[in-house]
Amino acid sequence: MPFDAESIAQRFRRLAPAGLDHASLRVVEEHSNLTRVRQDVAEPSDRSIDRGAMVTVIVGDGIGYAATGDLSNAGLEAATARAAEWARLARGRSVFGAAPVLPAANGRYASATAKPLALSVADRLALLMLESQACRIDERIVDWEASLWTTRSRQLTANLEGGETLQEFDFTIPALHVVAHKAGLTQIRSWGGRYNGYCQQGGLEVIERSGFIGSGRSTAEEALQLLGAPNCPSGRFDLLLMPDQMMLQIHESIGHPLELDRILGDERNYAGTSFVTLDMFGAYRYGSPLLNVTYDPTRSEEFASFAFDDEGSRATREYLIRDGLLLRPIGGTISQQRAAQIRADIAAVATARSCGWNRPPIDRMSNLNVEPGGSTLQQMIESIDDGILMKTNASWSIDDSRNKFQFGCEWGQRIVDGKLAEVVRNPNYRGISATFWRSLSMVGDSSTYAVMGTPYCGKGEPNQAIRVGHASPACRFDGVDVFGAER
Amino acid sequence: MRELFLALADHAVGRLRGTEVLLVNFSGEASDFIRFNHARVRQPMSVRQAYLTLHLIDGRRHDRITLAASGGDGDLAAIDDAIDGLRADLAALPEDPYLLYSTEAAQSRSERTGRLPSAEEAITTLTEAGRGLDMVGVLANGPVYRGFASSFGARHWHEVDSFLLDWSVYKSGDKAVKAAYAGQQWDAAEVARRIEATRAQLPYLARSPRTIEPGAYRAYVSPAAIDELLWMLNWGGVSAKDQRTQQSTIQQLVDGEVALSEQVTLREHTAAGLAPAFDEVGFTRPASIELIRGGRHAGSLVSPRTAQEYGIASNGANASESMQALELAPGRLPRSDALQALDTGVCVGNFHYLNWSDRSAARVTGLTRFATYWVEKGEIVAPLTVMRFDDSLYRMLGSELEALDDQADWILNNGTYGGRSVETSRVPGALLKELRLTL
Repeated sequence: MPFDAESIAQRFRRLAPAGLDHASLRVVEEHSNLTRVRQDVAEPSDRSIDRGAMVTVIVGDGIGYAATGDLSNAGLEAATARAAEWARLARGRSVFGAAPVLPAANGRYASATAKPLALSVADRLALLMLESQACRIDERIVDWEASLWTTRSRQLTANLEGGETLQEFDFTIPALHVVAHKAGLTQIRSWGGRYNGYCQQGGLEVIERSGFIGSGRSTAEEALQLLGAPNCPSGRFDLLLMPDQMMLQIHESIGHPLELDRILGDERNYAGTSFVTLDMFGAYRYGSPLLNVTYDPTRSEEFASFAFDDEGSRATREYLIRDGLLLRPIGGTISQQRAAQIRADIAAVATARSCGWNRPPIDRMSNLNVEPGGSTLQQMIESIDDGILMKTNASWSIDDSRNKFQFGCEWGQRIVDGKLAEVVRNPNYRGISATFWRSLSMVGDSSTYAVMGTPYCGKGEPNQAIRVGHASPACRFDGVDVFGAER
Repeated sequence: MRELFLALADHAVGRLRGTEVLLVNFSGEASDFIRFNHARVRQPMSVRQAYLTLHLIDGRRHDRITLAASGGDGDLAAIDDAIDGLRADLAALPEDPYLLYSTEAAQSRSERTGRLPSAEEAITTLTEAGRGLDMVGVLANGPVYRGFASSFGARHWHEVDSFLLDWSVYKSGDKAVKAAYAGQQWDAAEVARRIEATRAQLPYLARSPRTIEPGAYRAYVSPAAIDELLWMLNWGGVSAKDQRTQQSTIQQLVDGEVALSEQVTLREHTAAGLAPAFDEVGFTRPASIELIRGGRHAGSLVSPRTAQEYGIASNGANASESMQALELAPGRLPRSDALQALDTGVCVGNFHYLNWSDRSAARVTGLTRFATYWVEKGEIVAPLTVMRFDDSLYRMLGSELEALDDQADWILNNGTYGGRSVETSRVPGALLKELRLTL
């Protein structure tokens, strides 16, 4: 039975004891369904119904949290008491110089789903089976899988100050990958990103507009093409990154370094710190004047759109980097209050989020986008004498300050004298965030733009893997260190 | 929690009709987490969670669903609804040629209790022991539960208390000492002693950092860093399915085209770990499975599904065919002599953010992190500026492996995605003739 938002909010307020500076409840319910077909055989499905609540209590400068799957009165009372105990124990020993103050927003949000996804098990399997069967084109195709992952999520926040938000989301993720092998060489080609990169809010319309239908054969053909392709050359090349690699480049070398909790040091034991410091906002040139980056929770189809973050703050679209200049970090209300004790004029964005009911909110990048420029893809290709086009991320690694990175892609293609030339396999490149974005020399227009994302952005202690969205045009970078595989 | 599991499982089994079979998996925990920064409390919390997976089978058709269990009356109705839903969907599903599950009525019960700190004791210990330090990290503690039941009468229960304090102490910028203390018997005095030991390393980090050029360097790689390398084998390495479909990152080793150093013997040692000795479909796991012996491929992790698909024997691996209790046999180099044996080169404290840079060649890239030093004539000279490495396992554990040290550290995986990990490892440090640094 789905939770009754009005009833549970009322019960929480009635049950909360006196003497707390703040108490809030966040209830999350998710129905998830992952259907997979591998080599034309239906794999066991992964379905789940997850439901639970997190109580947050503030006493003085102490915050405490308690999560429970028991939404009865007794369960809510016990969780509130436990959160209050933590808050009292933390008071006077917390990182907060002053008592945190959380907002009391009211409102609703729902995914702009045009066609609610109501496919039966048989329909889901039929959809996937068609693409799976289309992959079987050559004996060198040794493995393949098509999948459809759908989630419906409802989230209520309610606090003692009268704030209450209810947000309902539909997430749809089609995916397919193919493995080709011959004579000791294996190549993987994915449709929609190797790790569920084509992920959006919405229903059936996501599948319809994605290009998933019909992707089986073409992906298998590309896998074979990679199998017969030469190794990516090594050297310094101009690099043309397509959106399904740009999303990773944005994520790792803009998104994570701008997270306020990293800058404040909370993540140093796990995800890492940042080369960005508070004094750089408003003064630091992050990239070339062509670089415009927005935090945009308002793009309806994008994966991490919402109206309120999990601290209850209203979310609005903001520029984080404009004309190459660094303006704002990524951080929720509590992090902003902490940062303001160091630098009073820091303005961030409302994006403290949790991955589920059993984790507290932390600073997440949510939807982080590079805004389109003015170049067509053809113009960008014609501008390059000796370069490489890369698409579809396959490997990613970056240091704990988010500076020295090395990324690999599934697909590479030489650009010679302004024309696309031979396909190359195992393309990789490496660089340093602080200088890489300054080599941005062309930004694609909206015709090159794609809305991607990932369900697996990981950070936090305890760990949280959360949904984020990244939209980007194709982009050109000058003089990048490129290399291939050993054989 | 065991009573809840048994009650729910019995109720679910009681809902079966005709030839239906039910497998039930249970996963739960009652965890306290204290997240701290600057040796002060950032996010303290308790998490009580329990999940029940119902796997309904009729003939060769099957389907499954995972439910969050509340511990209240609503659980029984949720189970009823779930089984009705699964039953309705079965007819629409094709027969599964690779379905394999245990029909044994085996029962087991493993309860490993410990002494864990109260909330107050934990916060007091951490804030007092860390006073004056820029200490950041997390304490996770509490019981973790796993259960399996089947309509054949199988009932397995696994419960283990544990704590993991995972922290680092920063000197300045990105220069820090990393440490972890895990176990089942919390000892506040021992926590304080270990935190004090990290404080004692700070003078080394106060020295001016050394920046070196990319190239090949002798290196002593700590057990924590070797552990990071070996876990990469869970991502396309030791899985039988990955090997059968030519996707294993150690395919050349599996095919006998290359060998690692004779010093390398790797096994999945379930008996020495914290993970349960049963899988998701009721098979028990062997105490130990050799994966690499004397540098050569010796075995793979085979799930029941893979076993059925390829006509090979299962060894109780989970569906992802990943290690949960890895063990690399130690070598002969006395740990205390490691820096002398290194002479001049890099002492790697930890690796960070590893990924495959060339899967076919088992080539891994990543960064040095935490207390990584430049060493000359066996003495620490300076902390090293973060360096990227990009090198093959075939070199690092093969041609370039000079020695493994003589101690194997026990490491509890600090992963808490979805729930606290029960994965463990036991690994020594390694002296490498060459480690390729690239940026």
